[in-house]
Amino acid sequence: MNKLIENKIERQLKKQINNMATQNPSRRKFLKDSTALMGGLVIGFYLPIKGGRAYAADAPPKPVYPPNAFIRIAADDNITIIVNKSEMGQGVYTSLPMLIAEELEADWSRISVESAPVAAVYNHTAMPMQLTGGSSSIPSSWEQMRRVGANARTLLVRAAAQQWGVPESECHAENSQVIHVGSGKRSSYGKVADAAAKLPLPDDVKLKSPKDFKIIGKATKRLDTPAKINGTAQFGLDVYLPGMLTVLIARSPVFGGKVKRFDATEAHKLPGVQGVYQVPTGIAVAASGFWPAKTARDLLEIEWDEGPGAALSTAKMRAEFLALAKTPGAVARKDGDTVQGFKKAHKTVSAEYEIPYLAHAAMEPLNVVVDLKPDHCSIWTGTQMQTMDAMMAAKTAGLKPEQVEIHTTFLGGGFGRRANPRSDFVIEAVQVAMAVAQPVKVVWTREDDMRGGNYRPMWSDNIEAGIAKDGKPLAWKHTLVGQSIIADTAFASFLIQNGVDVTSVEGAATLPYVIPNLQVELHSPKNEVPVQWWRSVGHSHTAFVVETMIDELAHLAGKDPLAYRLANLPVTSRYRGVLQLAADKADWGKKKLAAGCAYGVAVHKSFDSYVAEIAEVSLENGKVRVHRVVAAVDCGMVINPDGVRQQIEGGIVYGLSAALHGAITLDKGRVVQSNFHDYTPLRFSEMPQVEVHIVSSSEPPTGIGEPGTPPIAPAVANALFKLTGKRLRRMPFDKETFA
Amino acid sequence: MITLTINGKKTKVDADPSTPLLWVLRDHLQLTGTKYGCGMAQCGACTVHLDGRAIRSCQTPVSMASGKQVTTIEGLAETALGKSVQAAWQEVDVPQCGYCQSGQIMAATALLNEIPHPSEAEITAAMDGILCRCGTYNRIRTAIQKVAKHPILAEQSGGTK
Repeated sequence: MNKLIENKIERQLKKQINNMATQNPSRRKFLKDSTALMGGLVIGFYLPIKGGRAYAADAPPKPVYPPNAFIRIAADDNITIIVNKSEMGQGVYTSLPMLIAEELEADWSRISVESAPVAAVYNHTAMPMQLTGGSSSIPSSWEQMRRVGANARTLLVRAAAQQWGVPESECHAENSQVIHVGSGKRSSYGKVADAAAKLPLPDDVKLKSPKDFKIIGKATKRLDTPAKINGTAQFGLDVYLPGMLTVLIARSPVFGGKVKRFDATEAHKLPGVQGVYQVPTGIAVAASGFWPAKTARDLLEIEWDEGPGAALSTAKMRAEFLALAKTPGAVARKDGDTVQGFKKAHKTVSAEYEIPYLAHAAMEPLNVVVDLKPDHCSIWTGTQMQTMDAMMAAKTAGLKPEQVEIHTTFLGGGFGRRANPRSDFVIEAVQVAMAVAQPVKVVWTREDDMRGGNYRPMWSDNIEAGIAKDGKPLAWKHTLVGQSIIADTAFASFLIQNGVDVTSVEGAATLPYVIPNLQVELHSPKNEVPVQWWRSVGHSHTAFVVETMIDELAHLAGKDPLAYRLANLPVTSRYRGVLQLAADKADWGKKKLAAGCAYGVAVHKSFDSYVAEIAEVSLENGKVRVHRVVAAVDCGMVINPDGVRQQIEGGIVYGLSAALHGAITLDKGRVVQSNFHDYTPLRFSEMPQVEVHIVSSSEPPTGIGEPGTPPIAPAVANALFKLTGKRLRRMPFDKETFA
Repeated sequence: MITLTINGKKTKVDADPSTPLLWVLRDHLQLTGTKYGCGMAQCGACTVHLDGRAIRSCQTPVSMASGKQVTTIEGLAETALGKSVQAAWQEVDVPQCGYCQSGQIMAATALLNEIPHPSEAEITAAMDGILCRCGTYNRIRTAIQKVAKHPILAEQSGGTK
């Protein structure tokens, strides 16, 4: 049933995308070109992130965004910004309002935020749907939001000028007031908001020059902090409706398994239990609260038809993947001739890499509240993908998409999991609501969340590389083996090209070093484990593989790893700026580190931002200890410098958790890990000092939510090599022993 | 019926005595500031105070809380120290997704209540049980140090409404 719905959605999306393309051939071309150039950028990916330059040649008509969809000005001068992106910690509830407030000339202290409902006006500027992902909120909204603010300001000034009977050109706006200097007249925005709302939209407003920015570029406190320190911030799990039941679902212990038979006699006996229902994903227990639902679920007796998923084991899959990595795959990039390159190489090296599945493990486990009526469905959840979820919910419940309302709460972490391309958690909750016929809150326990699949894919890679006599890279052959995230989703038609899922090879097929003979190949095996984008997607593994191998080549060439990178990057590359800045701040090559400590460096571009990280690492009783990370980032113009720092700090912690400890493994089809005792995020005591340095830039802003994650694993691995002489080609590192 | 004193107020709840305090706070009393993260005292998102000490409410049967003072994030601003901690959190702009922050703040306040000027090691020991996936640990340390250095100043800067 899900498959059917999915296919329909896919057709619908394709149709939408095709429509867009027919109306707008230049955009179609841009999409195509940008994919080839930039590799996968995940969900946000086809963005006018090059400062609109892609449009410049034959500018298509700009969509018009009415200010009232994004801005509400009350008579008391309070301003509400309606944000069409999900706040999962990345700071969009502050940064997007900053963009609007800048052009609106708003009094920042009077601004508050509301989450947007699902509506076309709130769609992503580069996609026919509302979603948050791909580190794309700022790059894709940067111009849109400023224009929204400028339109509103223009109308407010116009309305005041008309009321005063003075030329509009003599009036200006400042700090939520319209001012006519000549007469000394002033009006607060609240007083003219009604009149302004009745005026037609201005044709083409002029946006400010960056030199006139008052808000953009200034470190700004987050607007959501007050609610997040006094317990009032509402996450999905905090939604309580009258008459609502809490539902826990016993799902198959094996991916793809189905219920054969079940006995709920004991579960029914527990006080507080209202009913037990078979739903497509398992057996649902509805109760007055979490605890009775959980206790009753533990009493269910279920026999499963496990299916082929029961045969899955990590060891077996690893062997298969590694064997595949030695065979030809779909070609993702081919420069020169690697066969000839290797013949001419002075020295060569080859390596196998083993990278595990990873769970997102956001602190808030998945949950969805559904209130289903015959002609309406209200959903409360922390989702990154509103339009898709609403369409899927509508199909599931037999409603029209416009009969589904999604209330986006705060997300207790997203990291990609809450943007499920199959809408798994939303569809399931609607199915439960259909069975229970009462408002429901479907709660995933930590164990459910950890074992629920939709992981960062497991990868096996093979790289052979050779250097010339002068040490320069001469040949590089990289084969990647891992499941496609995009396959069988609505995104497949444009993110899989010539058999290559562009998100699988991003960062590998797009490596920046000058290598005359280069070939990158991909295998995308299929199995029952559902996979999904995980903070930085393909980059989360390709940065590790590429940046540790470059380090090996530097060693092979007898060069300093930093100098080797700089020597083999194109002269104009923005990678160089972040490398140099990080090196300067870390005093690379000059600083005398404590005995038993070493530096490692890595640099990576993702989501059009460049990040270099230098990690200072030691071993303490054989355990890896990261003391300090010096990061340099070039993400173009910065909206909120403190927000950028937060995201790089967060990206490092997320990547370091995975590098040191993270692994999801399977045995007899069952996920071995279940909770934070055996899938251990970085703890307070393991936290390195983090310094974030930002390259000053006038380029258009690029992504920041994800780019901090990729470089940390290779930086730490390279430091460990320096320290121990051992090359790390497997993650996580805590499985390694060091002499 | 179990009688509880939560944030200074006496409340009666009809719950099985073995129900974890966490779920009584959330499902019975809709005090939703206290979070569920793991259900096995591994993440600390559910941290509240029982007679001033930090405990994991997901592993504390409600019967154990009877007759004791329970303080949750919703009642924290009623003490000068609680207000100071929240003010420091605001000043440093600690939270990102924010889900773990109630637990972080409750653990930090219990620490500062017991040890007004904690050493680095004491801060680490007290905070090591509270997970954050967004990477706010360094800011948490900074905020705790601020309160330790300037408790009076932080108090004067008031609550964080």
